[in-house]
Amino acid sequence: MSRDEVNVVWLGSPTFPKAAHDALQDDQLRRNLKHATTTIRDKRLRAVAELDDWETLRLAGSQIKDRVMRHLDTYLLQLEASVTAAGGVVHWAEDAREAKQIVSDLVRAMGATEVVKIKSMATQEIGLNEELDDDGIEATETDLAELIVQLNHDRPSHILVPAIHRNRSEIRDIFRREMGKHGVPAPDDLTDEPRALAEAARVHLREKFLRAKVAISGANFACADTGTVGVVESEGNGRMCLTLPETLITVMGIEKVLPSFSDLEVFLQLLPRSSTAERMNPYTSLWTGVTPGDGPQEFHLILLDNGRTKTLADTAGRSALHCIRCSACLNVCPVYERTGGRSYGSVYPGPIGAVLTPQLVGIGTSDHADSLPFASTLCGACYDACPVRIDIPEMLVHLRAKVVDAHRGGLPKPEALAMKGARMVFGSPRRLAWAERLGAIGGRVAGIGGGRWLPGPAKKWTGARDVPVPARESFRAWWRKAGRR
Amino acid sequence: MSEAKPAEPVREEGLYGEPSANRILARIRSALRDVPNDERPEDVEVTRDYVDSHAVGDIVDLFVERVEDYRATVVRVGEQDAPAEIARVLAGHGVANLVVPPGFPDALLARYEGSRLSDDPPLTPAELDASDGVITLAAQGIALTGTIVLDADAGQGRRALSLVPDLHVCVVRSSQVAADVPVAVRALVPGRPTTFISGPSATSDIELDRVEGVHGPRTLVVVLISG
Ligand code: SF4
Repeated sequence: MSRDEVNVVWLGSPTFPKAAHDALQDDQLRRNLKHATTTIRDKRLRAVAELDDWETLRLAGSQIKDRVMRHLDTYLLQLEASVTAAGGVVHWAEDAREAKQIVSDLVRAMGATEVVKIKSMATQEIGLNEELDDDGIEATETDLAELIVQLNHDRPSHILVPAIHRNRSEIRDIFRREMGKHGVPAPDDLTDEPRALAEAARVHLREKFLRAKVAISGANFACADTGTVGVVESEGNGRMCLTLPETLITVMGIEKVLPSFSDLEVFLQLLPRSSTAERMNPYTSLWTGVTPGDGPQEFHLILLDNGRTKTLADTAGRSALHCIRCSACLNVCPVYERTGGRSYGSVYPGPIGAVLTPQLVGIGTSDHADSLPFASTLCGACYDACPVRIDIPEMLVHLRAKVVDAHRGGLPKPEALAMKGARMVFGSPRRLAWAERLGAIGGRVAGIGGGRWLPGPAKKWTGARDVPVPARESFRAWWRKAGRR
Repeated sequence: MSEAKPAEPVREEGLYGEPSANRILARIRSALRDVPNDERPEDVEVTRDYVDSHAVGDIVDLFVERVEDYRATVVRVGEQDAPAEIARVLAGHGVANLVVPPGFPDALLARYEGSRLSDDPPLTPAELDASDGVITLAAQGIALTGTIVLDADAGQGRRALSLVPDLHVCVVRSSQVAADVPVAVRALVPGRPTTFISGPSATSDIELDRVEGVHGPRTLVVVLISG
């Protein structure tokens, strides 16, 4: 695999079971995550319950996406024509390398050495900041959470709240230590009050906004019929980037196109409620090419493939491209809640990452990506939460089969072995009785308050999963006694 | 199984990034082998059984309630009292130099005594930043979501005006309030630069504690004129 293709996954990332194992030891992380996911989850349920036609909206959302995917070529050509007619320039990029090259050339043609950036999954996916840095261009993330991650040379752990793994005092320390190296320093007496931290970010970034000549954004949607591009956000950093600089460069995955402007009536209901659990996010910006006298006078739209056409070719995996990156599936996922986003070792964490990442990089090309379809309990919560009805559990099973197929002939993967081990234990009453007994004893003897493993060949299976606290008495033993009574 | 979609280039010659475009389009067409050749986009069913509006009761009252939910201030006033009320709001926020977009009705500012910054010729970002606030009209309000919609038409100004100053006073007429998002989207003019604003700038990035005002205006006041 080329260096460019692995940007979807982070270079050198361990496989999911290994990374998850380490993350599970981090109590602070687990506390932060638990608080975050539970809070957003509950809020989202309330926001969704307000719309009695939610299921109809979801269905429309998924059907619109289905229509787009089945006629993607038509819609992209239409989008190109309408953006061009509105004074924008459309570029096509087959992979990360080509997209980065186009951005870098555009920025250098402007004579700029710094750019401001709106949080964007697509630019993270292509590793844009690193590329620009190599070319002597400093790219500043302007979303508060992304700024925290960037200043700390850290990695994001959530699509919506990338710095959710950091608490307020960690953030204060990062600001104090790093802000001064890149511009306006944090005040000496900076406290860890969220209000004070937000103010420090405001001051630090405002100077950059007012000076910036070039901004780079992603896109939540682009309407084929009108050429209108949309960005949904909360802080106003998006508006700053979309409005103040002379040039705007938008990098958009080809799957983000919508047939028509009027389809926004569906997605502007589905997205905010699923994502931030609000009736509407504070700011939504829609722009069409360039508008004389208002906003950037040069607009470039880069249409990015980078593995998406590969994903499109698998009819069973195709609908992963429906994703509108709302992050609802992360917040309901019991695996994500415990391991955190960074364990997935990818720009796309959580349930959607587990199906999208291996497809974008290609199954059988990276052990790490291949481990992701197994990072799930298949409980189905993600499907219920998904505003565009992506059947993630079914796709996980499909991808597991593909991973196993891809590795047939070579050494069996740990997952295959572990499943075999688990099957061996659960498949025989006698062996299960034996394992249960051993597990119960093991749990108590080890004194860890809960058996975390099954003995023998099932050990692998429990290596990344907790088994319920073993009863003092096995069910079988109890049944035997109870039956005799 | 039907044939693959035709792979011949449909794109005009001479467009930017042509080889990549044609390669991507060819890959899309081969990926969509399962899609019948004669299927048109409209043949893929989209069930639009969702409702046009979830609003119940008086939509103007709902608009007020929902805007306030976003911790913005709403001032309700009749046409007659609007100029005095606007002057009071501005004075209350200590506004001494106010950005006024082209086309904003003079009459509404008749009682305001501070100085006015005209955006013609365009103010620099630094000048906007140094102002005390901005006053604009709106294109629409959306009741269910407590949203105001700006589309840069007369009296609203270009997008930067409602963004950089720390105070945004937005004048909405009750007749402009749409019930819900679908109704509002259908009334938009697609080519215009459009901003949906639902409450002041906010972030929940630090331990999910909501903080108002990171980059956009920290204070949003909606002056709702009846009629
Ligand atoms: S898969 Fe569905 S729930 Fe998950 S981020 Fe994408 S749209 Fe949201």
